[in-house]
Amino acid sequence: MTKNYLKLQFYSLARNQGFARDAVAAFCLELNPTLSDLSDVKTAVSEAVTNCTVHAYKDGVGLITLECEIEENSLHIKVSDTGGGIPDVEKAIQPFFTTLPDDERSGMGFTIMQTFMDEFRVNSVQGEGTVVYMVKCFKPEVENA
Amino acid sequence: MQIKSGLYGGALYIKLIGEMDEYSAQSVREKCDKLIEDNLSVKKIIINLSEVAFMDSTGIGFLIGRYKKAARASIPLYVEAPNMAADKILNLSGIYTLIPKAE
Repeated sequence: MTKNYLKLQFYSLARNQGFARDAVAAFCLELNPTLSDLSDVKTAVSEAVTNCTVHAYKDGVGLITLECEIEENSLHIKVSDTGGGIPDVEKAIQPFFTTLPDDERSGMGFTIMQTFMDEFRVNSVQGEGTVVYMVKCFKPEVENA
Repeated sequence: MQIKSGLYGGALYIKLIGEMDEYSAQSVREKCDKLIEDNLSVKKIIINLSEVAFMDSTGIGFLIGRYKKAARASIPLYVEAPNMAADKILNLSGIYTLIPKAE
């Protein structure tokens, strides 16, 4: 299979969250994902994009860049923003850690990304932005007997 | 996201229909809280998730928020019929210890 690549840029408006996860789901259909894998990817993308809206650009609207690459049986996803950055990434990725408990935030976003995807990394520079990088490996297609 | 509700045998049933994310959650929160406030004499509240096509961690925050609201009126809260994906998130968060699945 040849590589495939997708790049989307959109405003960090909450109403783009559904569009972003559905676009990634549609893009990775060529890998014949199971419903469960597809749901994992949609959820992880939704978490990453929501973080940009709620945290990175909390004081306004900025651009979110969503890139996907298909390589062999893997989907590589990069979600970047140029927002405020995360002061302490180690702390931020702890389950139930949230800076906004009063807004009914669960603090489970990064935990879900980590659990649902096969690879997960966060790079963040305060005042410059954050990049979340995730990989989902799909099982090679099996012939139906 | 849409909501349907009904009272059956002293219980308030709230059915969520559609996609639950940070965008849709705000209006659902308000509608659910209104329903709870209008029915403080019920024995229990059951939130049915069978028609929730998508849910991210917003759903965890949403359920804990409604749990707290119901708990202030001493009403137990249950969830019912989450699909496989919702169940995975709810399990991961450990929320079933607070909000059990309705039998």
